[in-house]
Amino acid sequence: MLAVRSMFRAGSRAAVPLRTFATSSSRNANTLLFVEHKKGAINPASLSALTAAQKLGGEIHALVAGSPSEAKSVAEAAAKVSGIAKVLVSTSEAFANQLSEPLAPLIQSLVEAHSYTHVVAGHTAVGRDVIPRAAVLLDASQVSDIVAVEGEDTFVRPIYAGNALATVKSSDKIKVVTVRGTAFDAASAEGGSASTEEVDAGEAPTPTRFIEEQVSESTRPDLATAARVVSGGRALKSAEGFAKYIEPLADKLHAAVGASRAAVDAGYADNALQVGQTGKIVAPELYVAVGISGAIQHLAGMKDSKTIVAINKDPEAPIFQIADLGLVADLYEAVPEMTEKL
Amino acid sequence: MRASLVNQLRVLVPVKRTIDYAVKIRVASDGKGVDTNVQHSMNPFDEIAVEEAVRLRERNKEAVKRITVMSAGPAKSQDVLRTALAMGADDAIHVDVPGPLEPLAVSKILRAVVDKEAGEDEIGMVLLGKQAIDDDASQTGQMLAGLLKWPQATFASKLELEGKGDKGDKVRVTREVDGGLAIVETTVPLVLTTDLRLNEPRYASLPNIMKAKKKKMTKYTVADLGLEKDIEPRLETLKVAEPPKREGGAKVENVDELIAKLKEAGRI
Repeated sequence: MLAVRSMFRAGSRAAVPLRTFATSSSRNANTLLFVEHKKGAINPASLSALTAAQKLGGEIHALVAGSPSEAKSVAEAAAKVSGIAKVLVSTSEAFANQLSEPLAPLIQSLVEAHSYTHVVAGHTAVGRDVIPRAAVLLDASQVSDIVAVEGEDTFVRPIYAGNALATVKSSDKIKVVTVRGTAFDAASAEGGSASTEEVDAGEAPTPTRFIEEQVSESTRPDLATAARVVSGGRALKSAEGFAKYIEPLADKLHAAVGASRAAVDAGYADNALQVGQTGKIVAPELYVAVGISGAIQHLAGMKDSKTIVAINKDPEAPIFQIADLGLVADLYEAVPEMTEKL
Repeated sequence: MRASLVNQLRVLVPVKRTIDYAVKIRVASDGKGVDTNVQHSMNPFDEIAVEEAVRLRERNKEAVKRITVMSAGPAKSQDVLRTALAMGADDAIHVDVPGPLEPLAVSKILRAVVDKEAGEDEIGMVLLGKQAIDDDASQTGQMLAGLLKWPQATFASKLELEGKGDKGDKVRVTREVDGGLAIVETTVPLVLTTDLRLNEPRYASLPNIMKAKKKKMTKYTVADLGLEKDIEPRLETLKVAEPPKREGGAKVENVDELIAKLKEAGRI
């Protein structure tokens, strides 16, 4: 088990310089990185996907597709990212909201035109929507949510809600993978000097129209990438309980707020805050689980956190089996006390 | 008003038999998979898809003509098809495949079924779960949409069909995306994948379970669909291992000790 652990940790999180591939030029990986962006900013998951792509060796080209008003500045930012050799920019109003129907054929045509061997993207909502559609157009069996790269055709990915790790080898000509952001450090946004090339978007008519987005606004750090997360469960009993106990502690720790599915379903917290197999996967430095029992589906989303703290009044709660520090206490007393003493 | 009823929606709901979500899985001794000699049930997201198809008909009787559920897999897949029939589906298709299937292969089987059924009673909407809880791939619906060149609405938490299920009728879907919700408008025919919050699946009543036994189950082989070569696995599983175990379990007595330990570890 220890061997597996060190393999897993080293393989997935080692800094790139430690694993510079002397043989990378002899391999012939030629990767297209799909760059996800919003409001002119590159999604950090794309930078983690880039780190995974670098482990394949070979040259990496980044695809920035977006509306004419957005794509240029994103492309400029992508050109500065360390590790990207070339930025392909494709501008069209059709790409404004990263819908899969126009994006998938664009990816297909670029892969075919440039003979890419790999397509790499973050395993985000956008990545999960767009990339499988592109994969099927390339007749590739996608490898989803990888946590380690073992070779240019061999990847490690969690299955069964993270209760097993499968090592899979692809025999496809074109390998299409999505990457778990928390398993790879983000590539540096500075230090690169990629060339930029405009590519014609072509036609991809779709009946799908983006109407609107309802964003949960928060001044706290982004849940998926926060260094610290404070999560609440059903034991908070109400949205008011969430606001009164979880949020002040999170603010004190400069942490993002998360929630269990029970808390989300009961309406105590917003859907976007759900941590677990069906929500966000997080791996912060510190994860504080408050009033969360620790169902398999929740653990799937947070068990790679560096330090896990559990505060729960039930000493038998499964969360204590994985928590580094467990406090058996009534959260209504312990959490305000902790908030005050920090 | 309607010229004919033939255009009404036939909804196809693919369901997968997976290890029950509550089972704590164990890695098999050969290190190539997991121990599958355990309780199985319908993939939870697929239950939501079946429920949504039934509710769509309850909301809009004129729009949905027929709900067909299907599953590709070994004979035991028929168990989950019977469950789906008991929930309110009209008929079932079982595609008999002994070995494991990758989402790419399943999407090809689904397309073949959509094509095969086209002559009789055209399928206008495919509702799938957003992912299967065994392989956690989250690919099949998107791949099917790509093959059919139909629009896709993934991770749906709300579905509103505006119209009577004719080709070109509008569908408004609320999708769960990172950071919140996105609302899109698209048209029939459509592939939609379900998120957890779309609905709360019903339990099948005993009378409905009895009735389900009499509902029609069509069986196809891979050869019937002409797919012998197309579903061969592209991915070889070299190894399945347990994830690194956490050495949890250390308890602290009070908040002071908790804060002290966190400071010591450099976490705060």
